[in-house]
Order: sequence, then C-alpha cells, then structure tokens
Amino acid sequence: MSENTLHYHFVVSGDDFTQAGTASSAVKKTLKQLGFDPRIVRKMAISLYEGEINMVIHGGGGEIDVFIDAEQIAAVLTDHGPGIPDIDLAMQEGWSTASEQVRGLGFGAGMGLPNMKKYADELLIDSEVGKGTTVRLTVFLSGK
Amino acid sequence: MLLREVLSTLDAELICGEDLLETEVHAACGSDMMSDVLAYVKNQAVLITGLLNQQAIRTAAMMDMVCVVFVRGKRPDETIIECAKESGIAVMCSSHRMFTACGLLYKAGLNGGMSVK
Ligand SMILES: Nc1ncnc2c1ncn2[C@@H]1O[C@H](COP(=O)(O)OP(=O)(O)O)[C@@H](O)[C@H]1O
Ligand SMILES: [Mg+2]
Repeated sequence: MSENTLHYHFVVSGDDFTQAGTASSAVKKTLKQLGFDPRIVRKMAISLYEGEINMVIHGGGGEIDVFIDAEQIAAVLTDHGPGIPDIDLAMQEGWSTASEQVRGLGFGAGMGLPNMKKYADELLIDSEVGKGTTVRLTVFLSGK
Repeated sequence: MLLREVLSTLDAELICGEDLLETEVHAACGSDMMSDVLAYVKNQAVLITGLLNQQAIRTAAMMDMVCVVFVRGKRPDETIIECAKESGIAVMCSSHRMFTACGLLYKAGLNGGMSVK
C-alpha cells in the first residue's frame, strides 16, 4: 500500500438492521468532501450500500475497509457468515435466499449483487461455505 | 415543480426539511423495494414509498434524491427523522396509497426520470 493511500475502517453489526447502511453513508459523505466527481461518488456509494446490506442480511455482519489512492477507490467487505455456495447463481438477477422478513425491510429482491456489478468497475467475490465471504469493489478514477 | 407543490398535491404533512421546500424537482420514483430504486440512476428527486425505515432514507440519499414521501398514512419515528435530517432529505407523510400518490404527482407534472450517467 502506498503512503498516499487513505484508509477507512468500519465495523458492521449483524444484529441491528436499523444501522445497515451507516458505513456506506459515511463513505459517501467522505468521498463528497474529498471532492470526487458525483458520478464516481454514486458508483461507489450504491455498490457499497448493497454490499453492506448483504453483510447484514446474509453474512451476520463484518468489516468494511475503504482504500483511496490516485487511481482508484476500493472497498473490501469481509464477513464470517455462511458463505455463498454458487456465486454464478447468486449473481443472477432476482435470485435470492432472503427471508420474507428481509423483503419486508425493502431488500431481498435478488438485485443486490447485480447492482454491485453494474455500478462498480470491478467486483470480485471470494467465498467459502461455512467460513465467510469477501467482496472487493473497485471504482477507477480515470473512468473505465 | 417545487417540493412545496409536491406537499400540497399530496395533501401531505411535512415532517422535516422545511428549508428544502423551494427545491425544484422534475421526476420521482415509487417503490417499496430499495434495490429496484438503486438499480437505475435517473434524475429522480422524490422517492414515494410504503417502506417505513431508515434504509428508505439512506437509499434516497445514495441516489442524491431530496425528498421521501411515506404513503398510506405511515408516520416515521424519531430515528428515521434524525436520519433524514442528517442526510439532508425532506420527509412528507401522505394518507394516499402508493398508486394514487404517484398518479397525482404525475398528473401535476412530475415524470419518471431520464437516465443519467
Ligand atoms: N455476504 C453474503 N453472505 C452469504 N450469502 C450472500 C452474501 N451476499 C449475497 N449472498 C447470497 O447471494 C444471494 C443474492 O444476493 P443479492 O443479489 O444481493 O440479492 P438479495 O440480497 O436481495 O438476496 C443472496 O440471497 C444470498 O443467498
Ligand atoms: Mg442483497
């Protein structure tokens, strides 16, 4: 990591849905303050928000690390939840294991991962069943 | 139209965001599923929803919207109002149902929005 990298760290509770999205809101605010183009801010904010919601509703909470340097903004979301058995299937629009209760909270339509893929320039998912999931979202500043 | 006119068109009650009432808005989006709202960035400024939680507010904020209208007479609690104030989002409550609220705003001149990059 270069010395010119900014790093932000967040702990995401898996027990309190009311707090889901606070980390992403804080990141959005910071990116705005740093003066990034609104389109760049929105790309990162929306994909991170979906990722944070997934950590809460599927992953039992976890941690988010955001790294900013001259080339890119990257967010790493780590949880120690059940993992994703079939990532290709999980990526399909509309595919969801979310409960009726989660749907009542406004999520669980199976659009989260597709949205993340759409808004981030790069989406990498590393998941092991029983161990957890790591998601890496990158937005390139040059515009891709 | 102005947010002030959104308020009157819906016979709504303003919960917070008095300072935003003179904001000009052109487009709106109605949904209870937040991922659907997040799926397409358009220049919508108003979210009409029956989903009463902080995530409705945060979703609107992520999309750079300025107003959330809660339909079917739902009233936000203090935590939701606090979240809206922090996010710079005006909140209104209307007793109309979703379909009627959207129809009234559409008739009054709001549209569904145009995609932006
Ligand atoms: N962090 C995660 N841990 C475990 N499973 C996950 C995680 N993120 C996503 N998934 C799985 O992938 C599916 C699709 O995710 P997504 O597209 O965000 O839709 P939704 O969250 O609406 O179900 C989820 O229903 C869940 O089964
Ligand atoms: Mg999701």
